[in-house]
Amino acid sequence: MFKKAETNSIAKKRTIADDIRKDYKRNKYVIQMAIPVFLYYLIFRYIPMCGISIAFFDYNIAGGFFESSFVGLKHFKDFLTGFYAARTIRNTLLISLMQLAIGFPIPIIFALLLNEVRSKKFKSTVQTLSYLPHFISLVVVCGLIINFTGEKGIINDIVELFGGERKNLLMEPQYFRWIYVISGVWQEMGWGAIIYLAALAGIDPFLYEAATMDGAGRFKQTLYVTLPGIAPTIIVMLILNVGKMMTVGSDKIILLYNANTYETADVISSFVYRRGIVESNYSYSTAVNLFNSVINIILITLTNYISRTVSENSLW
Amino acid sequence: MIKKKTFGSILFDIINCIILIFICLVSLYPFLYVLFASFSNAGELATHTGLLLRPKGFSVAAYSAVMENQEIWTGYLNTLIYVIGGTVVNLIFTLLGAYVLSRNNFYWNKILLPMALFTMFFNGGLIPNFLLVQNLGIYNTRWAMILPGAINTWNLFIMRTNLKSIPSALTESAQIDGANDWQTLFKIVLPLSMPIIAVMILYYGVAHWNAWFDAMIYLRKRELFPLQLFIREILMASKTEEMTLSMDLSAGDMERVSETVKYSTIVVATVPILCVYPFLQKYFVKGVMIGAVKG
Repeated sequence: MFKKAETNSIAKKRTIADDIRKDYKRNKYVIQMAIPVFLYYLIFRYIPMCGISIAFFDYNIAGGFFESSFVGLKHFKDFLTGFYAARTIRNTLLISLMQLAIGFPIPIIFALLLNEVRSKKFKSTVQTLSYLPHFISLVVVCGLIINFTGEKGIINDIVELFGGERKNLLMEPQYFRWIYVISGVWQEMGWGAIIYLAALAGIDPFLYEAATMDGAGRFKQTLYVTLPGIAPTIIVMLILNVGKMMTVGSDKIILLYNANTYETADVISSFVYRRGIVESNYSYSTAVNLFNSVINIILITLTNYISRTVSENSLW
Repeated sequence: MIKKKTFGSILFDIINCIILIFICLVSLYPFLYVLFASFSNAGELATHTGLLLRPKGFSVAAYSAVMENQEIWTGYLNTLIYVIGGTVVNLIFTLLGAYVLSRNNFYWNKILLPMALFTMFFNGGLIPNFLLVQNLGIYNTRWAMILPGAINTWNLFIMRTNLKSIPSALTESAQIDGANDWQTLFKIVLPLSMPIIAVMILYYGVAHWNAWFDAMIYLRKRELFPLQLFIREILMASKTEEMTLSMDLSAGDMERVSETVKYSTIVVATVPILCVYPFLQKYFVKGVMIGAVKG
């Protein structure tokens, strides 16, 4: 008995080294496979994370990192007390909110409408056509938007028809967010519906039969069977969207905005791009980006936590 | 089950049908408009307002201007290199990573798994990545378009979920017969994962086809630019003057022709995707489903 305990404790002491040795024997080839993957993550994902530290320095472009001087939180203070913080944060939040209000429910409604179609052929035709814009490159989509909203564009033809005045809509700050959000809905509506259609396909048909027996019409079936059936999916998508509240990608903004519309169009990511890449203000730009990333992590953790306590649906 | 058809139900079906047809038209019409406009006569198009239901007049002048533009072809060639080369690199790394992460008894997964997962929530951001590319010496080379995105972590996890669903009896019996992990991967796992490989090829391939932002910040030499960057110049910076110069036109004509040149550029840049789209569509959808099951 005493002897057995002793050997156990010895085994425990060597356990990590033993595990590694045993693992090396068993998984020699897996290690070979893991090395390139590990190196990829190390070099292309984790070194840039260390590179974030330049946010606390004044990066010296000529001399590199080791010639830079430490400035602490100066760049964060500069950003937060400066003119641009309020403007970029406001625009980011407003665009996200508009996307949430318009872009979030529309794919759900679209999926519900599709779900009511009985002809399979019609359904798949509608689906195929509605996915199409998703695959068109952003550059082309923005080219289309610029053309259609231009002074001679088709949207102005419609505006004129109703007695409005022709103007280049992308030059007017008050329209920018609407153009951004609505074109986004146009491009992603069909694609966004797929995940809900998948959830709809998973609802037990027996539930509908039972509801019909109980005298529920189609509207009531949607309300009491369909919606609860896809509610977990809706909630998970909602968490993801609320978690991304402070993220508006720079790509589309950069393609669409101009000096006239900075007031309503400039978001954090496009500001980071302008300051960093265009003006080579590396440290300041990285500081703004880090500020944004930290808020994003807090937001997604928070929404996930709230959802887990309230509805038992969560990402993790 | 026989459904009782009430008046309300029929009315709903009709309205629903109308809404869905409207959605189809809205999704499709912009492309038709571009197609019609690109074949139109520049002068007639300039005076036209409202919807286009067929080309105004007929002219392929805009297309010949696009075809004669050497940069479009340079862009096409480069994009082809990035799509093929990039996707091959993506597949190799993603397949290896997914296989490693799907091994239940691999000790180092304790580190590798959280390491990969964490990058989904946090990343270095624009400037640190930019500086890395510069310091690695791949700035302004084709590698800058291929290496930094070699693994998309989301795709990696979709792939891993898929590999995990392969019955372990299959891989174990192969290993009992003396196959090592490389042989297991290429002889057992790979042939069984062809559907997910197809999804990955499509996801990565389309991403490379559409990529322009990385190209804009990592590439300076014009001969390395992908198609999307040239298209951006034509569509946004109105770089159509050079293209129409050879056409010997007055200033007013030039402006009008530049419109049709833009439209035909869009067509030239979009047609390849539109051609393969009907065939790929089901795989894209499959990919989303796999992702959804995981999430």
